[in-house]
Amino acid sequence: MNLAEGLMNKDKRAAARLITLIESNDTEAINTLSRLYKHTGGAHVIGITGPPGAGKSTLTDKLAKELRQIGKTVGIIAVDPTSPFTGGSILGDRVRMADLYTDAGVFIRSMGTRGHLGGLSKATLGAVKILDIYGFDYIFIETVGVGQSEVDIVKAADTVIMIMVPGLGDDIQAIKAGIMEIGDLFAINKSDREGADRTKVEIEMMLDYNHSDWRPPVLQIVATENKGVKELLEKIQFHREYLQSSNRLIERRRKNSEIEIIDLVQDSLMKRVLQKDNRTEIEKMAKEVALRKLDPYTVSEDLINKIINY
Amino acid sequence: MTRPIRVLVAKPGLDGHDRGAKVIARALRDAGMEVIYTGLRQTPEQIVQSAIQEDVDVVALSILSGAHNHLLPKVVELLKNEKVYEEMLVIGGGVIPDEDIPGLKESGLAGIFTPGTPTQATIDFIKENLKREL
Ligand code: B12
Ligand SMILES: Nc1nc2c(ncn2[C@@H]2O[C@H](COP(=O)(O)OP(=O)(O)OP(=O)(O)O)[C@@H](O)[C@H]2O)c(=O)[nH]1
Ligand SMILES: [Mg+2]
Repeated sequence: MNLAEGLMNKDKRAAARLITLIESNDTEAINTLSRLYKHTGGAHVIGITGPPGAGKSTLTDKLAKELRQIGKTVGIIAVDPTSPFTGGSILGDRVRMADLYTDAGVFIRSMGTRGHLGGLSKATLGAVKILDIYGFDYIFIETVGVGQSEVDIVKAADTVIMIMVPGLGDDIQAIKAGIMEIGDLFAINKSDREGADRTKVEIEMMLDYNHSDWRPPVLQIVATENKGVKELLEKIQFHREYLQSSNRLIERRRKNSEIEIIDLVQDSLMKRVLQKDNRTEIEKMAKEVALRKLDPYTVSEDLINKIINY
Repeated sequence: MTRPIRVLVAKPGLDGHDRGAKVIARALRDAGMEVIYTGLRQTPEQIVQSAIQEDVDVVALSILSGAHNHLLPKVVELLKNEKVYEEMLVIGGGVIPDEDIPGLKESGLAGIFTPGTPTQATIDFIKENLKREL
């Protein structure tokens, strides 16, 4: 099977295989993506983030169904944590989306973080591109349940939906530091529970400090009962239109591309640093440094020069 | 670079006995595998579409309802129709009488694991019988 051709012809097996290869850092798959990159950019990429158990998967399922009703196709990437001890994982986000498994216009892929911090896996951006090339109108990325600093999703999405639940109270205080800033939309899910109004007020108050010209809407939602989902989708479209007016979308994507390039350079340099002959060199030098015959600053500077000039 | 083995753990049919599936899912995770759990009451079509999109190495089916002779071969048949069977190892487990096992193997299930089998046996079987390279 020619994977590039298969992908362009909307063969799900090709898309699935390419994601596997990208996850394994396969050179040929990377070349394929680099060749097909010009076909990306058509999808509206939506990040779904929030604390563990907030209802990210349930809401993604409902949003996807709503989009299917108006004839849009949907790709979904759901990320769950990999155990740092065994390297294994149980990826269970799919369970909430069972009605979509056999829908020809939907593709769902689960990914383990495989040691990557930040709420996504290293290959998530690649997987998004693959689904974008395939031609999905919308791509959802469900992050791992976030706590304090998992903000990688901003680099990957056009629109970030921050899911909250009522009664987080102090948690909102704790979370807001780094994470609240990344929400383009706030969804208070499980609003069938007590405290939803107070949570809305708290979030609105925090947003009063926000000085951008986009004021994130705050919606109350009950994903399990499909309440507020249509309204959320309208706000998502509205955010897209906002981005598209006066080049904001390009600017956002430019920023994200900048980060992506730096990340790729960093990865590639690291890979070279850790190549076998360098490893042996580093081990040798470490001994000299330990004996105070050399200093670590000079050694690392020399190593970098060696790699760059190579 | 090697990658983790990806396994779809699915429960075909209408019964709600999910303890065994969860025990297996955890055992495989602890053995370093990436386990995709699809939930209860899956049709063969749902299982096969999930297996394709998740590009798994193993399809692991747990069934305690008694409908194994119908549902398990059906999953294999659909995987063959979709031309992914050659790459995926299909195994089953649960309450399955011994006399049904030869027929199931005949139909394309590589292994059947009944109550009392240590989970390590399943882990070893998977590692030894993968159909494609990692
Ligand atoms: C616990 C249990 C229940 C619990 C289930 C709770 C739950 N969430 O799972 C409850 C009380 C809800 C229940 C209900 C029913 N049960 Co019930 N239940 C059992 C019981 C006693 C134990 C099953 C169990 O959990 N074992 C522990 C787990 C860890 O073991 P396991 O599932 O067998 O899994 C092991 C292996 O089989 C294997 N394995 C399993 N799956 C897989 C998959 C793969 C890929 C691999 C490699 C290995 C593997 O590895 C596991 C670990 O070693 C069995 C009898 C028995 N001794 O098996 C009856 C049994 C399964 N139940 C039975 C029945 C009939 C029912 C009911 C229909 C009863 C009724 N008339 O209401 C209902 C149906 C409920 C429903 N919604 O489907 C029958 C099934 C008959 C059949 N197959 O023909 C059994 C066999 C009892 C009997 N002898 O009649 N049940
Ligand atoms: N009461 C109530 N429960 C909900 C609502 N939405 C989701 N749930 C339940 O919350 C639980 C978690 O839902 P998920 O969708 O799995 O949450 P998640 O954020 O994807 O969870 P992780 O991926 O594990 O972080 C499930 O039992 C859902 O049924 C809601 O609006 N109201
Ligand atoms: Mg989830």
